[in-house]
Amino acid sequence: MADITRDDVAHVARLARIELTEEELDTFTGQLAKVLQHARDVEALDVSDVPPTAHPYPLTNVLRPDEVQPSLDRDEVLAAAPAAEAGQFSVPPVLGEAP
Amino acid sequence: MTSENVAHAGGTSAHAIAAAVRNGASLAVDVLDEHLARISQADERVHAFNLVTAEAAREEALAVDRRVVAGEDPGPLAGVPVALKDNLCTHGVETTCSSRVLEGWRPPYDATVVDRLRAAGAIVVGKTNLDEFAMGSSTENSAFGATRNPHALDRVPGGSSGGSAAAVAAGFAPLALGSDTGGSIRQPAALCGVVGAKPTYGAVSRYGLVAFASSLDQIGPFAANVADAALLLEAIAGHDARDATSIPEPFPSLASHLDRGVEGLRVGVISELTEADGIEVEVSERVREAATALEKAGAVVDEVSVPSTMYGLSAYYLIAPAEASSNLARYDGVRYGLRVDAATTGDMYDRTRTAGLGAEVKRRIMLGTYALSAGYYDAFYGKAQRVRTLILRDFEAAYERFDVLLSPTSPCVAFPLGAKAADPLTMYLNDVCTIPSNLAGHPAISVPFGTGAGGLPVGVQVLAPALGEATMFQAAAALESSAP
Repeated sequence: MADITRDDVAHVARLARIELTEEELDTFTGQLAKVLQHARDVEALDVSDVPPTAHPYPLTNVLRPDEVQPSLDRDEVLAAAPAAEAGQFSVPPVLGEAP
Repeated sequence: MTSENVAHAGGTSAHAIAAAVRNGASLAVDVLDEHLARISQADERVHAFNLVTAEAAREEALAVDRRVVAGEDPGPLAGVPVALKDNLCTHGVETTCSSRVLEGWRPPYDATVVDRLRAAGAIVVGKTNLDEFAMGSSTENSAFGATRNPHALDRVPGGSSGGSAAAVAAGFAPLALGSDTGGSIRQPAALCGVVGAKPTYGAVSRYGLVAFASSLDQIGPFAANVADAALLLEAIAGHDARDATSIPEPFPSLASHLDRGVEGLRVGVISELTEADGIEVEVSERVREAATALEKAGAVVDEVSVPSTMYGLSAYYLIAPAEASSNLARYDGVRYGLRVDAATTGDMYDRTRTAGLGAEVKRRIMLGTYALSAGYYDAFYGKAQRVRTLILRDFEAAYERFDVLLSPTSPCVAFPLGAKAADPLTMYLNDVCTIPSNLAGHPAISVPFGTGAGGLPVGVQVLAPALGEATMFQAAAALESSAP
């Protein structure tokens, strides 16, 4: 598989909602390429007949009775938020002005 | 900063403190004051703590003393000061993960381990420094400055739980909690000359541990000796309905195994990890000597090959960043911590994350986003999960022949600050011996065993199969008593 490019890094930074300077783009591209280069040993393995492990301990369908239980105090949670209004988290306009 | 040594881990053990407080021979408040004095004397140079909660701790200590006077038993950790890694939520007490994005955040609840410590009579003395969001192996990636190794102040304590390891090594607290995703308890324990254990995945509740890589994260103990580490682990382990990955079966008793010796115990030395490239020669020698010491004590020792452990590092640095990229999406300026204002919510997200997250965290988020993205998922993330199965199978085969396995904990002794900071991959290689246990979900413990280059501490790692903690601590105690 081809090396990660500067454009790839710019793309994943956008997906992850992180802004990078031109200089950071160069640095991160080199560093990520080196880590992915190391991962070539895994990439080269033929493990098509090996099932994946997502989780080390086999627990499935952990359920509890559907009963009302105490939860976090709403006012205390909202007090820790950057902005709150009328018992809810408050954010700037989602859509903004047309460009 | 010089190579000055301020290590002081040989003070009164947690066992002795709890015994004296429970029978009224010592006051919890006096024990606390001694430790607070030690902190004010040396933490300015070590920087183990992000926050020392002296006043709240004094109130807790006085409450423990009142219970003793009233004829009650405050519990197995009565009056024992404990330091908490600053990624464990404490109700109303700042919890930062050593990140600007959570600076000033006061959680609305306590982590389950914090509840259990209090129920056992322990005194929380403060929150310890870490690599931001537990991503690192040196505690240099903290937004609030690096922690220094008490054995040599110009060297790193390891990481990411470097503050907790340094707190125990410097005598600031006899016990501390850390979290271990790829070695973040065991590697700093080795570099600071203390005991550190990562329990079986699911043995300790993760409720209230700020998530890094959810299928790998486990909370575990630091202590100056094996018996104290067992005491702390017994106090925090056990099922918790608030963590869906918590193991329902009862956690085994550890204390009853500590003095059993190793007569007939089958011990395998993992060849790949003991002789791998980059393992310092003194470190390999200490592991060999540890094996010989166990053999003299009656264990049956042999070499064992666990070949797929060599793929652990690559698999880990795909899986952990992938899970982190998802877990850290929540730091968006909406519900807690930092918000950098902007005209739209989208711009606010971008500015908040750009300003609030450090370089290593950004690097891992991007790596994980890439490993999960269309076209790369099968080649990277999917394959890494299959490698995880290979590692589990190899361990399974090894544990048919052996009860516990041995390896180095860290490839090297504590290195100078800044020595590996410029190259992420060089830093990642520090985790090569510890990562396989996280990928398998197995327990492992680092026990101090002699010194390496520069007279600095070396840790030997004892690995065991899932829920094999009793045998693991049994071997660790024998190793400790035969250490040079």
